[in-house]
Amino acid sequence: MAERVIPLLETRGFGQTMRRDAWWGQPLLTFVILGAFVVYATWAAFQGEHYEYGPYLSPFYSPLLFGAGPHSWFGPWARPAWWPGALPFSAALLILWAPGGFRFTCYYYRGAYYKAFWADPPSCAVGEPRKKYLGEHSFPLILQNVHRYFLYLALLFLVVLTYDVWVAMWFTDPATGAQRFGIGVGTLVLATNLVLLFGYTFGCHSLRHLVGGRLDQFSRHPGQAKVYGAACRLNGHHMRWAWGSLFSVALADLYVRLLSMGVITDWRIL
Amino acid sequence: MATATFRIWRGDSGGGAFRDYPTEVSEGMVVLDAVHRVQAEQAGDLAVRWNCKAGKCGSCSAEINGKPRLMCMTRLDTLNLGEPVTVEPLKAFPQIRDLVTDVSWNYEVKKKIKRFKPRPPDAADGTWRMQQAEVDRVQEFRKCIECYLCQDVCHILRDHHLHDAFIGPRFLLYNAALEMHPLDNEDRLQSLKDREGIGYCNITGCCTKVCPEHITITENAIIPLKERVVDRFYDPITRLFRMLR
Ligand code: SF4
Ligand code: SF4
Ligand code: FES
Ligand code: FES
Repeated sequence: MAERVIPLLETRGFGQTMRRDAWWGQPLLTFVILGAFVVYATWAAFQGEHYEYGPYLSPFYSPLLFGAGPHSWFGPWARPAWWPGALPFSAALLILWAPGGFRFTCYYYRGAYYKAFWADPPSCAVGEPRKKYLGEHSFPLILQNVHRYFLYLALLFLVVLTYDVWVAMWFTDPATGAQRFGIGVGTLVLATNLVLLFGYTFGCHSLRHLVGGRLDQFSRHPGQAKVYGAACRLNGHHMRWAWGSLFSVALADLYVRLLSMGVITDWRIL
Repeated sequence: MATATFRIWRGDSGGGAFRDYPTEVSEGMVVLDAVHRVQAEQAGDLAVRWNCKAGKCGSCSAEINGKPRLMCMTRLDTLNLGEPVTVEPLKAFPQIRDLVTDVSWNYEVKKKIKRFKPRPPDAADGTWRMQQAEVDRVQEFRKCIECYLCQDVCHILRDHHLHDAFIGPRFLLYNAALEMHPLDNEDRLQSLKDREGIGYCNITGCCTKVCPEHITITENAIIPLKERVVDRFYDPITRLFRMLR
């Protein structure tokens, strides 16, 4: 762009900065929390058991395509014939790539993990470890642009998770075997998770673009302008929704897991 | 009166060093006041650029304790005066002298961005009609005072020196103001993607953090532009729809 070479002051080396504040605090926190989540989610996804309890189903395993329990869509547990023999099989592995990909390509998480996991930059106005930089301009990170397709999948997952919360309100009476409406702590756990996931998904930048952001003349589309306004309000707090729903989804799995393992007992409210 | 030390970078493009200037400070002072006092009392040749002293001209950009900020809007009572306050020039542009850098690259970049091109007038008298709701969005972007603090903090310019390939957050913002304008008919997506390098931005949000006008550069300007670029170039389904229409 510029015609002349720009003699800049010497670029600072990795981690060098004149900042006096704890600039490493936020990226470190991101590293620890996001890292812990990835480790836990991977571990939980490979377990292949303790993902359902009564009417509750762990969000990591929903939709449950194959499984022995009542939540299964296509009947009993079956390892698909095409599944490579050496790989451990778990029903979560069939579906977890979709919500995982949604989060991985989320604009907010991208900005956060480029800093925390790749030090590009380690923090604002702090020197970087590498000279070469491609950004999202070329392969591989240009692939982040598929985010909107993961959004479409995430919207389908919301439908499934809404159904799961509905199912989590119907308990089987052990005496008669009949279904009875009820609410347990697990119902609330799953419902809270659903609300947070709705807030996260509906504040997505790609959704905000889709429902109206792509327009220039809102006066010609008053309906879309309203929806766009609502998406903007959620989008303004996208970071909070992102963290809130990250915690809730892991906690929901943990809650169901501990119930199923018999470590804790569910408390019926209604 | 209390005394505080200002560690000011002195030098030119050939090199330089920090020098300590202990000076008297009083209530209500900002960093620019202190720099002026140093200039008046101890270093008459200290080069510093400023104009309005009200956070509106965008001239007094510098790095204070390592953070890109306006000197005239940084009150001393927000800093720890128990240790020297460092004041340095911007890092993403060539140095002229002391606190003054050559920001002319920015003006060259701006000249190449496609101008505002309004659609044909709406009324016979040659005027247009638009609604407040549709200009609200671009009004945020027009608060920019061109201080270039965002350009300075952006690691693509600051650390990777990709001035030839990337126009920086200020001019992505400028593009957004034009591109989302309800009357504008110009198409800037191709140049955004190619010549202006929007893909380089990795949305780390540092530009938004330093903007003295509190413009949400990353979320409200850059990401929506990235989405428009995806519509045009990277989304096969939208492309298909466009072809069928
Ligand atoms: S968000 Fe993009 S433009 Fe802003 S500082 Fe980060 S990389 Fe630069
Ligand atoms: S966008 Fe903000 S930081 Fe960037 S030049 Fe304009 S006012 Fe300064
Ligand atoms: S931008 Fe975060 S979910 Fe789409
Ligand atoms: S002197 Fe004008 S912005 Fe500081």
